[in-house]
Amino acid sequence: MCVVTESATTTSTPPGTGAAAPSPAPGPAADEGLARRLRALACTAPLHDLDTRKANLAGEYRAYEMAELALAAIDLVTLQMDFDTGADHDQVVAKLLPRVAAQAPGRATAEHERVARWVLENMINVGSVDRGFRAVYGTFGPDGSYVRRDYDFKLVEEVPGPGGSVYLRTTDEAVNVLVGALDTDVTSAQIAAEVKLEVLISRGRLADAQLAAEQARYRTVQYAETLRRTLEATRRDVRAVDWLSAVPDMINEALDHVADRYRHENAILTNIRKARDEAAAERGPDHKRRAAELVDIVKDCIRRHTQLQSRLLEAGPLFRAEQDRQSFAPPAVRAGLDLHGQLLAPVLPLALSEASRVTDAFFARGTGLRTPGTVRLGDLTDLLLTPPAPREHLGAEMPEPDLVATPDDSRFSEEQFAAATELLELPPDAPRRLSGLLADARRRDPELPYLIALLAIHAASPPVGTAYRQGEQRLLFAVDDGEQLDDPEFGGADLIVGTALLDAAGMAADRTEAA
Amino acid sequence: MTDPAPEPEHEERPADPGPTPRVTPADAADAARLVSFGLQPKLAPARDAEYTELLRRYRDEPPFARLADAVATGLGLVVLEVSTRAGMALAAAEDSVFAVRMGDYARRAGADSADRFLHGLAHLACAAMAFPRPEDLADDGYIGRISVNGVDSFVRQACRRLEERAEADGENTDPATDAPGLEAAWRVYARRSATGATKDARRLAGSTTGIIAKAAAFLADSGFLQRTGDDAGGTYRTTARYQLQVRDMAGSAAMAELLELGVVPVSDGTASLLPPQDDDPDLVPDAGLPFHS
Repeated sequence: MCVVTESATTTSTPPGTGAAAPSPAPGPAADEGLARRLRALACTAPLHDLDTRKANLAGEYRAYEMAELALAAIDLVTLQMDFDTGADHDQVVAKLLPRVAAQAPGRATAEHERVARWVLENMINVGSVDRGFRAVYGTFGPDGSYVRRDYDFKLVEEVPGPGGSVYLRTTDEAVNVLVGALDTDVTSAQIAAEVKLEVLISRGRLADAQLAAEQARYRTVQYAETLRRTLEATRRDVRAVDWLSAVPDMINEALDHVADRYRHENAILTNIRKARDEAAAERGPDHKRRAAELVDIVKDCIRRHTQLQSRLLEAGPLFRAEQDRQSFAPPAVRAGLDLHGQLLAPVLPLALSEASRVTDAFFARGTGLRTPGTVRLGDLTDLLLTPPAPREHLGAEMPEPDLVATPDDSRFSEEQFAAATELLELPPDAPRRLSGLLADARRRDPELPYLIALLAIHAASPPVGTAYRQGEQRLLFAVDDGEQLDDPEFGGADLIVGTALLDAAGMAADRTEAA
Repeated sequence: MTDPAPEPEHEERPADPGPTPRVTPADAADAARLVSFGLQPKLAPARDAEYTELLRRYRDEPPFARLADAVATGLGLVVLEVSTRAGMALAAAEDSVFAVRMGDYARRAGADSADRFLHGLAHLACAAMAFPRPEDLADDGYIGRISVNGVDSFVRQACRRLEERAEADGENTDPATDAPGLEAAWRVYARRSATGATKDARRLAGSTTGIIAKAAAFLADSGFLQRTGDDAGGTYRTTARYQLQVRDMAGSAAMAELLELGVVPVSDGTASLLPPQDDDPDLVPDAGLPFHS
């Protein structure tokens, strides 16, 4: 790129334009400011675009405020960005749903979900190969020529997570659009936000305090993200960073920062808690709820700082281990080619057409060889004409199972069971006492009373759940009303045994609903 | 040929003018057989008795070695090394039927200059990550380990530094609209999405991790990498053949191209992996700045 000298534009008028015409370019410095604002403006374009395009969707989507949903989605992704991963696609959609539903309460849930997904996918811009956005703007060059430029940016980007999953992260552009603070230093902005927060709380203006707390949290997230990137880079290559002073300084600075913020946020937390508890009496439940939300936000900040701190503490040992491995090995016999320093690093700043020549050369010699497949016509015909080998549909034949008859050792015979069932077929409106049933049974078969007694005891705790599941029409039950059983063979309560009719149709309906 | 192992022996011996043993058709068949083993890059010499025997013959019988070299040359192959660790390491000469063409490798790369560059860069970056220091590339015993996501974030980091530097210089880094060939190469990479969700839960082929994964899988197919796991998008370790290929073929070819472009990277033999010192004076405050806008 050309180096712009101030004198070139201010003293000499552009040669092409006449002296009468005013210089078209107000100078690169002013234009740079314009370019920055144009780029900032471009970041909001995808959001407005959603509201324009919703009319083109099949269906009536006028009721949805797409820009609002998009901002909410960016909020959700930003808040879920953790140290390692980002936000889960489905979770973001799920959390977005209540807002979508509130905008059009009459519509189907499926439509709400479709809208939420549409908004999120458009923030990623799934349709383009880069999955990003491009805005075109023009600037005046130092020689007064007008140059159109492409500005490429992303709002929500997809990053690989553990196990091959894909997570979402908001880009810096998106955070800037959201927080609305362009070009600010993270550290100072965070301190400013927190000071503001303290002041606000001490004056009891909780609505503003919540806004400030949320801004502080966005800054915290951004700070953690920055440190994560730096650590990742240094972990990859020990010598790529100044391990003598810059990295330890950086880590110390970050640790100081964490300690400082931690103290600060704990103080704020105590303050708000007090405010929350006192607020209830004077200002009503709304105030209290807002204070409670604020407590949650600050707690979240503290959690993020703690996470950051543990990462920082891990960094030192990791560096030392890597240094041992890389720097204390015996020196190599011969010097090789430095692939990074001599090839990769010089290639990246080149223009695409030049860089391609180098990468093409590397590709041509670096991919190894492929043995081309050659086909003989004879083989091909044979191959094409061979019928496919028949597949075994049924699998291997099952061996005939060798069954052994188990001896019938049940206490009661089939006939006895039939007799007992017949005896217990009581009409639903006429329950009987157990004593009477036993006497009837004894007249038929001396063994039968034992079976009747057993069934009656089971009926004292009837299998209601099973009957419900299987849709039984009737159910045998037994109730103890305190009467003593007077029987030569059995003792205990003289149960009342009866049959209850069940509402089979109603139960079936219940079951399908539950399913 | 930079590789010393077999060369000195058979450069010296043919010098004595004694009655050289006649080459029989059986010898020619054996030499061709050895070359055919070399064409199966995933075949380990230790696993095949015939291969081991032919390698021994190559080492011990200079006439046989020359015959095998001649067969390889005639087929359009370059012999990189013949040893028990790498087997017969062959590389395809330019315009050889065995050479891999970009158009066959990736369909989009034929038409789209950005894709063509990204595929080539993926291979270069894999090699740079596999052999991060010059010592690693020179050391025959070194085994490099790479992961798909690791390569991607490495290149992204390099791109980010260039972006920071460009911004520090006060340049407007946004490319001119109608001149795609003049766009800085790192911008093409930085702009491309790292990954993306697809309908069938596969990797998005056009994303940078998709492109790197393709390169790694292809190298594994060439017997240059061995897949060791599925973490971080797929992890691989290098083989002796890869080191030879990068050191003797690809690295020097790319280097020659770079020099032809008038870019002369500093090479004083010491570790030059470190980027220029003024590049990262202190990372935290700088890196904390939002990348605007």
